[in-house]
Amino acid sequence: MSTFWQRYRRNKSAVFGLAVILIVIIMAVTANFLYPFDPFRLAGKPLSGPGMNGFLLGSDSLGRDVAAGIVHGAKTSLLIGLIATLVAVLIGIVFGAFSGYYGGRLDDFLMRVTEIFQTIPSFIFAILLVAIMKPSIVSIVIAIAVVSWPGVARLVRGEFLALKSREFVQACHTLGMSDLRIMLREILPNCMSPIIVIGSLMVATAILIESGLAFLGLGDPNIMSWGFQIGAGRTMLRSAWWVCTFPGVAILITVLAINLVGEGLNDALNPRLRERI
Amino acid sequence: MTENLLQIDNLFIELPAGSERQYAVQDLSLELAPGETLCVVGESGSGKSLTARAVMGLLPAPHVRVSDGQINFNGEDVTMATYDRLRDIRGSEISMIFQEPMTALNPVMSIGSQIDEIFRYHVSMSRSKRLERAIELLRDVNLPNPDQIMNAYPHELSGGQRQRSMIAMALALKPQILIADEPTTALDVTTQAQILKLIRDMQTASNTGVLFITHDFGVVADIADRVVVMQHGLVVESGTVNQVLNLPQHPYTQALISAVPSLMPRKARSRSEKTVLQVRGLNKTFGGGKSFFGLGKPNREVRAVKNVELDLHKGETLGVVGESGSGKSTLARCIIRLMDTDSGEIRIDGNEINSLSRAEMRPWRNKIQMVFQDPFASLNPRVRVGDIIAQGPVTLGIEKDEAIKRARELISIVGLDTRAFDRFPHEFSGGQRQRIGIARSLALKPEILIADEPVSALDVSIQAQILELLDEIRDQMNLSMLFITHDLRVAAQVCDRLAVMRYGEIVETGATAELFANPQHSYSRDLLAAVPGKEWKAGSKPKSAKSKRKSA
Repeated sequence: MSTFWQRYRRNKSAVFGLAVILIVIIMAVTANFLYPFDPFRLAGKPLSGPGMNGFLLGSDSLGRDVAAGIVHGAKTSLLIGLIATLVAVLIGIVFGAFSGYYGGRLDDFLMRVTEIFQTIPSFIFAILLVAIMKPSIVSIVIAIAVVSWPGVARLVRGEFLALKSREFVQACHTLGMSDLRIMLREILPNCMSPIIVIGSLMVATAILIESGLAFLGLGDPNIMSWGFQIGAGRTMLRSAWWVCTFPGVAILITVLAINLVGEGLNDALNPRLRERI
Repeated sequence: MTENLLQIDNLFIELPAGSERQYAVQDLSLELAPGETLCVVGESGSGKSLTARAVMGLLPAPHVRVSDGQINFNGEDVTMATYDRLRDIRGSEISMIFQEPMTALNPVMSIGSQIDEIFRYHVSMSRSKRLERAIELLRDVNLPNPDQIMNAYPHELSGGQRQRSMIAMALALKPQILIADEPTTALDVTTQAQILKLIRDMQTASNTGVLFITHDFGVVADIADRVVVMQHGLVVESGTVNQVLNLPQHPYTQALISAVPSLMPRKARSRSEKTVLQVRGLNKTFGGGKSFFGLGKPNREVRAVKNVELDLHKGETLGVVGESGSGKSTLARCIIRLMDTDSGEIRIDGNEINSLSRAEMRPWRNKIQMVFQDPFASLNPRVRVGDIIAQGPVTLGIEKDEAIKRARELISIVGLDTRAFDRFPHEFSGGQRQRIGIARSLALKPEILIADEPVSALDVSIQAQILELLDEIRDQMNLSMLFITHDLRVAAQVCDRLAVMRYGEIVETGATAELFANPQHSYSRDLLAAVPGKEWKAGSKPKSAKSKRKSA
C-alpha cells in the first residue's frame, strides 16, 4: 500500500486532482450544514451579482442561491457518477468475464450484443432511455449505466482472454477448481487495476452525461444539479453571466480532477506502462 | 596490446538509484583479439548483457550509464564517441545478434529490405549491387532459396532461419567484432548446433573477433577460445577455455560447472512392473475449424499429437524429450485433461479417464498432478503462497485447517522457510517459486506427477537444486513421474526411460542409458549429436576452439 501511494505521489497533477476531488466530496457531505435549506428555495432578490445581497455567487432569475445550488449539486453529481459507474462496471465485468473465459459461441453472442450497444451514440441513447422511463434519479443512473458498460466489457474480456491461458489458471484446472471460482478468485483480482482505472475515468463521463441530461431538462425535477443550473441560466448568459458560469466551472474542475486521478491511478497501478515511455 | 580489437578497462556501469545494487557491472576488464572467440558466462543478472550493450553504446540511457572506465575499440574510446560516430561503428565495425530473432527483426519489412537498409546507410552502392550482395550474404549463411527469403517476412521463417538472417545482416559489412547475446538460447538444439557452426565458419573466413554472451557451459565448451565468468557484475574468473572449464579456480565457477548436468545417464533403478499410467492411441489436432459462416480459407490444421502410446510404471521417471513444436507439452496437457483430445484412451491404474467430464474428473485430480514450466506465470500474483498450496485440498473438500497444516508441512518439505506461508509470490526468486509450484502439486498427494519443463526457465545452479528436490520427493512419496524436457542433459540426470518425440509422434522409447549409448531412430541420433559441449566431461578435455578449427 505504501509503495502504491509513493508511486501515485510521483505524478504531481494526480495529487492535485485528488485534492480537488476531496474538496468536492467535503462540499457534498457538508451541503446540509453550509446551506441548511432547500436549494430550490427563493432566497432573495433575483439576479443579484456575486457578493451582492448576501449571495456569495449571486442568484438566478427566481432568486435562488447559486452557491447553494452548486454545493447541493455536488452531491447529485458525485452520487450519480459513482452509482452509475458501479452498475456499469458490474454489468461489464459479467459480460466480459463470461465472454473472455468461455469464448466460442457465448463469446460471439455476448460481443455482438455489446456491439449493438456500442453502435448507438451514447448520449442520444441516454436521452431516449430517460425520456421513456420518466426523469428520476433511478432512471438517470440506469440510462448512464446502460450506455457506458460496453467499454468495460471489452476491457475485461481482453484481460480474461489473456489470463485464462496463463499457467496459474491451468494449475487451478488441474486442481479441479470450478469455473466460477477460477473466474472470481483467480482471474478477476488480476485484472482489477485496469478496471479501477477505466472506472475512475467513467465517473467523469457519467457526471458529464448527467449534467447534459439535466441541462436538457431531463434531470430529476426535485433534485438540484449543476446541469439544471446551467440550463436555467443559459438564456441570461449575457445579462447574468454568473448563473451558468459557476456551475460550469464546477463541472469543468470536477471532471478534470477525476481524469487526473484516473491518469495517476493508471501510472501507479500499471508502473511498467509508464516506464516504457 | 595494440593487436587487441577491443579492450575494456575497469568498466563501471551504474544502475539507477534504488536498484538492487549500485553497479550492474563493476571494474570489468577484458580484451578481444581478431579471430578470437571470447565467451562471457554468467547467470541471469550477472551483467553480461549490459556489458555487450555498453560496447555498442546501446545502454538504456539515461537510467543506466557507463560511469567509469574505457571501452577501447581499435584504440578509440567508444564511451566518449559522439552519437554520429557510434552510428558509424554500429553495424559496420561492430555488429550484434540478439537472443530472440523474432523481436530483433522488423515484422513488417521483408528480410531483403532489412539487409538492404544496412548497405544504404553505411556504404554507397548501386541498387542492383546491393541486391546481389544481399543474396550472396543469405547464401553465405546457408539459407535455402536466398531469392525467396529476400522477399519473405520474418514470421514466414523458422527460428533458425530468422537467426541465420540476423547473422547475415550482422556480417553484411564484414565487421571486426561480432557481439552475440545468447544467440542460440531461443533455438532448438539441432538448430543451435548449426548456428554455432555457422558463426564459427564465418569467423574463420573473415577473422572476426566474437564476443559471445551465454549462460550455457556446453556452448562455451564448443565455441570459446577464452572465457570470462561473471557474477553479480564482477568478473570472478577469466582464462582460456581449458583452464576455466577443467581447472576452475574460483568457487563460483566451480559451483557453476559442477551444476551442469552431465550427459552420462543415471544408473537405471529397478523398476516395478505395475503400470500406473497407460496412454493408448492418443490424438490431438489443433485448428481445422471452420471460419466465420464458412467464409474465407479454413484454418490450418496441425496434428500436435499423433497416435501416442505410453506406459508409465510405478515409481519410475519417464522422460519425454523433443524439440519445440514436437507436441510434448500438448501431450502433457492432454494426459492431465487440460485439453480435450480427439481420440484415445488414458488409463490411471486401469481406469479410463479420457472420457470423463470435468466434474467426473475431479476425484481423479489427487491421482495426477502437474508442475509447470514458467515459475513466474504459474503462480497467481494476488494469492498468498499458503493459499496457493492449500487451495487444491480445499477444492477437493478437505477441511481448511487440515489443508493449511499440510501446506505448512509441504513448504518445509520443498525447502522453503515456513514464513513463506503468508507472503506473495513476487517476493520469491525463480527457483523458490518453482518450489512453491512443486508444493502445490504435491498438496493433493498425487501418485503421478507430470513435470512440464520444470527447470528450463531457471539458472543452471538453481536447476540442479530443483532436480535434486524432485528426485528426493519422488523417492519419498513413491511418485511416478512424466518428465517433459528439451534438454537431454537434464533428461540424462532424472529419467529412467525416455520417449523421443517429433512432429507429435513418439519415434523411439527406451531405457535412458541404452538410448544414449545406442539410439535406434535417426532423429534420436541427431538430437544426441547436437547437444552442445558433449565432448567436454565425456572424458576428453575441450581443445581451444581455434585449435579445433585448425585440426578440422
